Amino acid sequence: MSRLYATFKYTLISVWAGFVVGPFMWAVLTSFKDANGVQGGATYLPWVQYEPTLTGWQNIFGGAGGVDVVRPFLNSAVITLVASIISLALGALAAYGLSRYRFKIGFIANSDIIFFFVSQRIMPPVVLVVPFFFLLQWANLLDTIPGLVIVTVALLLPIAVWVMVDFFNGIPRQIDEMAMLDGCGPFGAFVRAILPNSVPGLTVAAMFCAVFGWNDFFFAFRLTFTEIQTLPQAVVALNSSIPPWWTLSAAALFGMSPLILLAVWVERYLSKGSLPGVIR
Amino acid sequence: MDGLRRHKSMFLLPGLLTLLLIIVFPLLFTIRVSFSGWNVSNPEMDFVGGANYVKVLQDSRFWAANLRLVLLAGGTVLIQYLIGFGLALLVWRNVRARRLWRVLFLVPMMTTPVVMAAVWQMIFHESLGPVNDMLAKLGIAPVHWFTEAGPALAALMTVEIWQWTPFMFLLMLAGLLSLPKEPFLAAAIDGAGAWRTFWKVTFPLMAPVSVSAIIIRLIEASKLSDTVYVLTSGGPGSATESPGYYLYLRGLKEQQTGYAGSLSLTYLVLMVITLTIVAALLARAFKVPRQSSKAKEQ
Repeated sequence: MSRLYATFKYTLISVWAGFVVGPFMWAVLTSFKDANGVQGGATYLPWVQYEPTLTGWQNIFGGAGGVDVVRPFLNSAVITLVASIISLALGALAAYGLSRYRFKIGFIANSDIIFFFVSQRIMPPVVLVVPFFFLLQWANLLDTIPGLVIVTVALLLPIAVWVMVDFFNGIPRQIDEMAMLDGCGPFGAFVRAILPNSVPGLTVAAMFCAVFGWNDFFFAFRLTFTEIQTLPQAVVALNSSIPPWWTLSAAALFGMSPLILLAVWVERYLSKGSLPGVIR
Repeated sequence: MDGLRRHKSMFLLPGLLTLLLIIVFPLLFTIRVSFSGWNVSNPEMDFVGGANYVKVLQDSRFWAANLRLVLLAGGTVLIQYLIGFGLALLVWRNVRARRLWRVLFLVPMMTTPVVMAAVWQMIFHESLGPVNDMLAKLGIAPVHWFTEAGPALAALMTVEIWQWTPFMFLLMLAGLLSLPKEPFLAAAIDGAGAWRTFWKVTFPLMAPVSVSAIIIRLIEASKLSDTVYVLTSGGPGSATESPGYYLYLRGLKEQQTGYAGSLSLTYLVLMVITLTIVAALLARAFKVPRQSSKAKEQ
């Protein structure tokens, strides 16, 4: 590998890395500013160009005149977790069925059912949100955690099926057959022989569920009012006409921290080589 | 194996029924409401025939938003694909600090789009943001990021590219890592250089992954609305409105539920047709053999 090529390669990598890191750096810097640090124009160096304060961080953790982000954080966590578990369970079952058995209902075959699941991703949340409003109102679930869990499952289930069908297709059928020869029923074979071999696939599906569940804004925005607030809502509410940018930045960083950690974990999986076969 | 037959629906039905229950009502509701004059002053499921659809045809703002989406989604997804594939090739092998780069390149897709849009708004702020500040240091006049149409679109595209290139990167890197080694050995034995190896071996092998990655991203990009809502609110004027955001304005903000219903269905039908055509064209352009999911089921 020539030296010129290496220089070129690392330059490109560094440029993109800088672009990726830039917004986070700006949020970190801003979270330690106050009105004085923001109003004079853009400043970059703490202590040199502006006096760092902890106001922003105090504001999000119960400081006077601050906002509560801890409760929204917990709400988001519960909703994401429960909706992901339901979606993974239903999605893995359905995907296994679709991968192992042939379904034929009139002209509808397996590939059409898979397409039906995946095609739900095409529905923009805006289209769904009005009917969901009436549906939840009818079930008395507006502004509640169970209500949000149900609509989030609609977002996540297609992803779980999409990832898991491909994954199960890659597991040899002999594994099921051996388990059934050992006396397991079809369901037992799934639980005892297939699931333990599916950790990589389930992990990827869980990652996508976590990302899309945690980051959903629109459903929470229109289907909850006073009782339940999720984290993206809490942060966007801070983004008013004269934003307290330091509080906004601190809240943004706090709210995204769990998923940034997730990126570290996904990479570990990728490098161990468990992931490549899963996503295709 | 008759026992299997009975069991197979046990696997499929819970998930299928759940999704049907959650999705079918909204869809039927939207179809029905699109033929009604339901709005904020008249919240009733009456029947007005195709009046809403006639209005949709004449709604130039809606069609402009659709055209804009084609350019926005097409443009950003193409750039995301090129950069994502490029980055995946760069950190695929023979690179120092490989894992650091991989984590960094993945992070943006994990972040909440609306929250990042709020952060980007600070960054593009016309007098207090770092972008205009740095441009000033280079002697460039401040850009009116949110009060001029061109710059506002550029800002929106920048945010989309920042957020979703990692998704392409993830799919393309996973694809590269799962490639068989033999074709590369064969190319090396034939004495093919890096350039030739890429076009004759890597690119064709990556074609199926490329097509599905591009289609998934196009589907997701077509729903663009959260980021628009926070970053530009569709402005200046309606210069950055996407169909998703326009639906939000008509349906939720102005509560023209009936009209928004017919807008939604028109939009959905357009999306399905466009994406089907695009998928077929992509498969042809990338010379993907007719294969995979169908063949595997047999």
